[in-house]
Amino acid sequence: MTASETTLPVIPPSAEVDARGTGWAPGWMRRHNLQLWIGGSMLGLMVLAAVFAPILAQHSPTEPDAAHALLGPSGDHLFGTDNLGRDIFARVVYGARSDLTIAVVAVIAPFVIGLVFGIVSGYFGGWIDTIMMRLADIVTAFPFFILVIALVFVLGNGAWSIFVAITCVSWVAYARLVRGEAMVLRNKEFVAACEAGGISTSRILLRHFAPNVVTQAIVYAMSDIVMNVGVIVTLSYFGLGIVPPTPDWGSMMSDGQQFLAGGYYGLTLFPAAAVIWVSLALSFIGDGLAHALRIER
Amino acid sequence: MSDDPLLRCSDVVVTFQQKQTRTTLTAVKSASLEVGRGQIVGLVGESGSGKSTLARAVVGLQRIDSGSIVFDGKPFAARRRRADRRGVQMVFQDPYGSLDPRMTISGTLTEMIRRHTALRGSAVDKRCHELMDMVRLPSSLLTSRPAGMSGGQRQRVAIARALSISPKLLVADEPVAALDVSVQAGIVNLLADLREEVGLSILFISHDLSIVRTLCDRVNVIYRGEIVEEQPCAELFAAPRDEYTKTLLAAIPRIGGPRAGR
Repeated sequence: MTASETTLPVIPPSAEVDARGTGWAPGWMRRHNLQLWIGGSMLGLMVLAAVFAPILAQHSPTEPDAAHALLGPSGDHLFGTDNLGRDIFARVVYGARSDLTIAVVAVIAPFVIGLVFGIVSGYFGGWIDTIMMRLADIVTAFPFFILVIALVFVLGNGAWSIFVAITCVSWVAYARLVRGEAMVLRNKEFVAACEAGGISTSRILLRHFAPNVVTQAIVYAMSDIVMNVGVIVTLSYFGLGIVPPTPDWGSMMSDGQQFLAGGYYGLTLFPAAAVIWVSLALSFIGDGLAHALRIER
Repeated sequence: MSDDPLLRCSDVVVTFQQKQTRTTLTAVKSASLEVGRGQIVGLVGESGSGKSTLARAVVGLQRIDSGSIVFDGKPFAARRRRADRRGVQMVFQDPYGSLDPRMTISGTLTEMIRRHTALRGSAVDKRCHELMDMVRLPSSLLTSRPAGMSGGQRQRVAIARALSISPKLLVADEPVAALDVSVQAGIVNLLADLREEVGLSILFISHDLSIVRTLCDRVNVIYRGEIVEEQPCAELFAAPRDEYTKTLLAAIPRIGGPRAGR
């Protein structure tokens, strides 16, 4: 009798700290949602640079200037110049324009398609769900990059075909994510209460399902933008993406790497740093949003 | 017409197809029960006895295989119209799952009012305040979301939502089972008061016999999908006829029970 009493589980004093989650950020950071602030500032800086590119850049991003090729960083050329004498700083900020625009725009369509798809599939279930998810399986069956590259190959180079290719492939991730959330909601009693209350199906989906599942989709969208930046940069690196001479980080890295051996690191380093900067910023925002949008049940 | 009960279920059968085993599970087999006007009728039974399924069938959340559900003299069709929905509303067991966490209380109530009544604008707000009064909640809660509200408060909101369109019958599926004992009494008393105030009829589903005893006029005992006994409350507790009812009643802890001898 007393033995069983002494073996009662003792709640460790650190339980309260553990309950906050297993994220790596320390408590003070999460309390003020510093992740969101840091990520937002980092991304904001990049967006401002892209918007004010014509003011910030003292040189043309596309005009070759053979007399000033392969210069190191200086007051005039902040990041130096590339092999054709183009200002690398100008190319990085103008590159932000093309890369970020496509990355963000290419998230909107898959987001909307996946959201609708997932909600419908999760709510109705049955054969509708089966058909819709088989369709998703077909897309998932191909490796992501292979499918995107194949589509771009068919559609040709350029921003528009990158956008179409990404949309065709990445909606599936949203659809699966949202479907899972919708299936959980489906069994909640408030949905039954709406049905018993004669609330129309379209209203249940729009006013009850959408607000409850959109949070996860938004958080995922942040990492999806990172993925899109990666896709665009990779495609451009392989010469399948944005058509030169439009500045873009991927083609800059691709063009610059042959000069790495000669000690001209700037050509590759600065666009790479820009990619990392944006990815880090969006990861912070994703984590921060996940925290900020979480709602008590 | 007025001699007819408000709700009459006759030989209701509900089956489920088990996908994995390809067998048919009969959740409710040939259940018949009646709820008279202004009555509170209990439906008791153990877990899995089919009481929730029968409740869901009454409000139209569950398709029935055969039998009929006659409400207010008219049988429900397989597909319910909006006007059919208006007559019967339901309160669910889990107060934490029965409200949309993203919607304010007034949003939840307004949605129902706008769907079923001609009230618009400030008349809707007025109705929301009335409903909050009815369930004894402060109107200040209208602008808040369910998060942070207690189980009892949530259940009162769920009752307000059900009453928002003035149904004649309220189906309460274990409305207090998930609540603290101290809060249970408040909800039970509220239901009893509502019967007096707005002439509400209630089908009260529970496995808690002591609550059924204090609240209900008549009691139906359901066992393995069949109604095995139906009696006025006092008679059922005094002289149960069915064997199952007897074992059910014997399971109630009594004062002077086994611990008294220590």
